[in-house]
Amino acid sequence: MKKTTALLTVAALMSSAAVVNAETLRWARAGDALTLDPHSQNEGPSHTMRHQMYEPLIIRDTAGNFVPTLATDWAPSADNPNVWVFNLREGVKFHDGADFTAEDVVFSFERAKQPNSDMKELIGSITAVRAVSDYVVEIETDGPNPILPSNLTNLFMMDKDWTEANNTVNVQDFEGGEITFATTNVNGTGAYTLVSREPDVKTVMARNEAYWGRDEFPLEVSEIVYTPIQNAATRVAALLSGEIDFLQDMPVQDLARVGDADGLVVKQAPQNRVIFFGMNQGADDIEADDVDGANPLADVRVRKAMSMAINRDAIQQVVMRGQSEPAGMIAPPFVNGWTAEMDGESVTDVEGAKALMAEAGYEDGFSIRLDCPNDRYINDEAICQAAVGMLGQIGVTVNLDAIPKAQHFPKITDGATDFYMLGWGVPTYDSEYIFNFLVHGREDDIGTWNGTGYDNDELDETIKSLASNTDLDARNADIAGIWRVIQDEQLYIPIHHQVLNWGMAENVGIEVDPEDQPRVKYFTMQ
Amino acid sequence: MLPFILKRIFQSLLVLIITGAIAFSMFTFVGDPIDNMLGQERTMEDIERLRAQLGLDRPIPVQYVKFLGEAVQGNFGVSYRQGREVSEIIMERAPATLELAALSAIFAIVVGIALGVFTAIRRDGFVANFIMSASLIGVSLPTFLIGILLIYLFSVELGWLPSFGRGEVVQVGWWTTGFLTESGLKALILPSITLGLYQMTLIMRLVRSEMLEVLRQDYIRFARARGLSERVINFRHALKNTMVPVITVIGLQLGAIIAFAIITETVFQWPGLGLLFINAIQFVDIPVMAAYLMMISVMFVVINLLVDILYAFIDPRLRVAAK
Repeated sequence: MKKTTALLTVAALMSSAAVVNAETLRWARAGDALTLDPHSQNEGPSHTMRHQMYEPLIIRDTAGNFVPTLATDWAPSADNPNVWVFNLREGVKFHDGADFTAEDVVFSFERAKQPNSDMKELIGSITAVRAVSDYVVEIETDGPNPILPSNLTNLFMMDKDWTEANNTVNVQDFEGGEITFATTNVNGTGAYTLVSREPDVKTVMARNEAYWGRDEFPLEVSEIVYTPIQNAATRVAALLSGEIDFLQDMPVQDLARVGDADGLVVKQAPQNRVIFFGMNQGADDIEADDVDGANPLADVRVRKAMSMAINRDAIQQVVMRGQSEPAGMIAPPFVNGWTAEMDGESVTDVEGAKALMAEAGYEDGFSIRLDCPNDRYINDEAICQAAVGMLGQIGVTVNLDAIPKAQHFPKITDGATDFYMLGWGVPTYDSEYIFNFLVHGREDDIGTWNGTGYDNDELDETIKSLASNTDLDARNADIAGIWRVIQDEQLYIPIHHQVLNWGMAENVGIEVDPEDQPRVKYFTMQ
Repeated sequence: MLPFILKRIFQSLLVLIITGAIAFSMFTFVGDPIDNMLGQERTMEDIERLRAQLGLDRPIPVQYVKFLGEAVQGNFGVSYRQGREVSEIIMERAPATLELAALSAIFAIVVGIALGVFTAIRRDGFVANFIMSASLIGVSLPTFLIGILLIYLFSVELGWLPSFGRGEVVQVGWWTTGFLTESGLKALILPSITLGLYQMTLIMRLVRSEMLEVLRQDYIRFARARGLSERVINFRHALKNTMVPVITVIGLQLGAIIAFAIITETVFQWPGLGLLFINAIQFVDIPVMAAYLMMISVMFVVINLLVDILYAFIDPRLRVAAK
């Protein structure tokens, strides 16, 4: 009798322990992953989903520091400045039980360099990847590449044998509508395995009990149910009604409501994204203004005056309801090259701005069209509206043209706008990325997003040299120098750093990731 | 009769081709699909290459003719957003919309007729007047707001019903159904009320006015004079004659329910064709937009064609006039 009772008690304890361990995280955000193929589509929500199931060699923590993942350590080779050596973690298994070795790394890099891969630009400098032993890999680049590891944090590792056996060695031809085995199946080394997937409806993942970091990370979530919910009001309602536990893409106007609700919390952190205005200063005459035969934006005094007219604190308080950090440079604080001093350089001074306008010969002002997206950044259109009023104070009459992002962004890359809003994140956490896309003169494969017409050959030389400058101090000095030019030239008008908000049930423990990429293995569920 | 039908079919085809052409020429104003398809690290080369690969560098009429040629063979191309066959995606999404539409229609018809008859019989009663006034709100509030209000009341405040999604679904062949699980049934309630509310009030008002009309007829008075019970008069004699015009309207409204499920599906994150269409617009997913618009046009054209032909069968004068 006693024995039975004891057994029952043990059984009861065990079952209750099992209940504690079986925690489902119901997670929602606005969009879904486009595909599960690790190397097709370089896009935020797709990467976030993959990060649960696949792993790169290295990831970043919420402060932007590198965290060893499938590589335990890495360093430039002592013998050859063009080579980086990565030591791999031993004892890692893929979901199907196969061992993870150097062979898989070599294979994954080769796969990611295929023409259909969206990741190929990030590893364009890599000329060879060699397996030195089972757990050592050498990566050679076409010249010294001091920031190579920064480009690898979203480059996922696949199992060579599994990929070959399932005929999915070629990266999915996404644009051609190809569905491959890797599009819908996952065999990663990650903390979660794929249970089921219905694109745009629901994706279910289960904890990988054989995960190498089983004891190292909390791993308190045993099942993830991921549902995209597009409508902002519905998304918040689902969180308020307890149908989901964790919400990304919180609408700013509902923050207070969610924060005040019983059992819910809102966590926030600065996001890796700056919002700013670009001005076409390269053209002799621009179309969007009412000045004939001249381009007012070509005059640095006008650009400075426009920046000084913008009251960033007012935008932060009124438009963003506190959900932003006024910016003075177009780099977020995590990025190498950011300084507090430069970020504080944009100061409101309407009188000074008027004086500068007069000095430049525009005391009567001019009118110009501002192109603005209305469905891309937080309150994008409202920010532009605020700017219209502020620029009006110094005589710049702004006609606002707010349109969907699908129409707005092509205007910038096609050079069809003279005054526009843009936001920029820096996945590599290094200024070089900003310079390559926003500062370097526009050429075929560089300066793609530079809609300013600014083209400084001397500066371009320095920007290009950053890629292979292994003397980090000298490199950082160059970066600081380039920033000085950007600031003095008022190349762009910085507005603010976006703030990221995650809503969650009280029992969910996770810190906000500046890249908006939650990794569920870090979640606690108390 | 045959020439009449052939003529109508020819006209319908013409309507389809013109609708398609208008839709296609409007796609250029939606934006550039290339922009969404390539990451921010794209180069000018990537843009050119993809544009050529998708045939977007060709003139719009050429793109349209190519689309028509392939659509006739049942090939609607590949979704720019999901990278899968459009026809496959539509087949996958259709059950959700059709189930929602069916339930909304049943709700609209049953409740609409019941309330219509009630308000006609008790037309001076307090309850009937209340229903009539309330129905005005139902007609004038936008679907979006009704959906949000229902979610707020039944999901957030009361916690009875889910605010989004289809719940658990069961796969029957290629069809997925929410009718066989508890969570699936629960998930159907709010969206089908939201979607069917407008049609419900419409049917109710129509039934009421038709019924009032019929109740004034002589044969009803004679029936009363013969001493038939109110129940028999109202339901056996009056309602039957009320239903002829009502059924015509219901038929046309069914098409509208499927076509206008877009807003309801967006509010409730209902994984059907309407949500697919909204996603497609935001992403400038031209193949999906084109296929959806063509499908809806075909549906309306076919419904109208059938109605025309039926009328012609019933009323010979139309046949003569058509000649």
